[in-house]
Amino acid sequence: MTEWIISILLLIGGSFVLIGSIGLVKMPDFFMRLHGPTKATTLGMAALLTAAIIFFSTSYEGMSVKEVLISLFLLLTAPISAYMMIKSAIHHKLESVERTKGKKNVEDAA
Amino acid sequence: MRLEARFKWLPTPFLSLLLFIVWLLLNNSVSTGHILLAVILAIVIPLATSPFRTKQPLIIKPGLALRHLMLVLYDIITANIEVAILILGPTKRLTPGFVKVPLDLTHTMPITILASTVSLTPGTVSAEVYPWHENLKKGEQPEQRFLLIHVLNLTDEQALIDTIKQRYEAPLKEIFQC
Amino acid sequence: MLETVILIVFAMIGLSLLLNVWRLLIGPSVPDRILALDTMYINTIALIILYGMSMGTTLYFEAALLIAMLGFVSTVAVCKYLLRGDIIE
Repeated sequence: MTEWIISILLLIGGSFVLIGSIGLVKMPDFFMRLHGPTKATTLGMAALLTAAIIFFSTSYEGMSVKEVLISLFLLLTAPISAYMMIKSAIHHKLESVERTKGKKNVEDAA
Repeated sequence: MRLEARFKWLPTPFLSLLLFIVWLLLNNSVSTGHILLAVILAIVIPLATSPFRTKQPLIIKPGLALRHLMLVLYDIITANIEVAILILGPTKRLTPGFVKVPLDLTHTMPITILASTVSLTPGTVSAEVYPWHENLKKGEQPEQRFLLIHVLNLTDEQALIDTIKQRYEAPLKEIFQC
Repeated sequence: MLETVILIVFAMIGLSLLLNVWRLLIGPSVPDRILALDTMYINTIALIILYGMSMGTTLYFEAALLIAMLGFVSTVAVCKYLLRGDIIE
C-alpha cells in the first residue's frame, strides 16, 4: 500500500519537474519562461520530498524529517529568486512577446 | 499594528519558534539535550540580532495567520496544476500581460509576504514594487504604491486585481492590523 | 515495483536537466541563462534525493540541503551583479 503511495508521489513529482523544464524551453520570451520553473518545479520538489519522507520513515531506521527542511527552504526561496531574476530582466529591458498586454506599466516601474 | 513584543527578552516570538523547529529538524531528534539547546538558541539569536534588524510589524492574529497559510498552500497546489496545463497547451493561444495592482499595505514585511504569495499562486509572478522609499519620515503620509505583476494568461484584468486584493491582501491586513 | 518507478523518475529528471542545458546553451540573454542554472540546481537536488532513495541511505540529504542554500545565494548574487554591477555595495 505505502509502496503505491510512494510510487504515485514520485511520478507526480517527476512529471511536474519535467513540465517546469519543458516550459523553460518552449516559451517564447523570458517573462513567460519564468513561470514554469518557479511554480511547477516547486510543487514537483515538494511531492518528491514527501515521497522520500514516507519511504524512509516506513522502510529504514526511524523517522527522517530533514526533507521537510529542504522543501520549506525551496518554498521560501523560489519566489525571492524569481523576483530577483525578473527585476534584472526588467533592468536590462528584455523584449517581451508582441502580444503582451500592458507593456506601458513596465516603463512606469523602470 | 504593533512593533514591540510583549516581553523584552523575546523580541520576535515567531522567529524564535521557527528557530526552535528548524534546530530540531536539522538534528532529526527530540532528545532533552537538543530541546534545551534549541530553547537557548531560540532566545539568544533573536536577542543578539535585534539591534541590526529593522522593526517589522508582529503577527497579531496567529489563528487567522494559520488559516491563511492553509488557504495559500491549497492555492499553490491548484495553481500549479493550472500552470502545468497552460504550459503543455498550445503556446500561441496564451496572452501574457503586465498588470499593476494598487497596494493598501505600507510596510516592508507584509508587502514581501504578499509578493511571495502572488509569485507562487495562479499564473502570476510579481516583478516590482514601486515607488519605493525605504524610510518614510515621521508623520509623512505614505504615497500609493503599486505591485507590478506578470501574468501568463491574462483574460480579465479587473477580476484578477480583485482576486488578489480580496483573497490575499485583506487577510494580511487583518493579521498585521495595519 | 518501486525500483522501476525510481528508474523512470531518474529518466524524467535526466531529461529535464538536458532541457535546462539546452536553454543554458542557446540563451539568448543573460537572465535566461541564470534561470536555466537556477532550475538546474533544483533538479540536481531531486536527483540526489532519488539516488539516496535507491541506495537506501539518508546520508545525501545534507548535501542536498547545502546545494539548496548555495544555489539560492549564488542566484541572488549573480542577479545583484546584473542589477548594479557590484555584488557588495
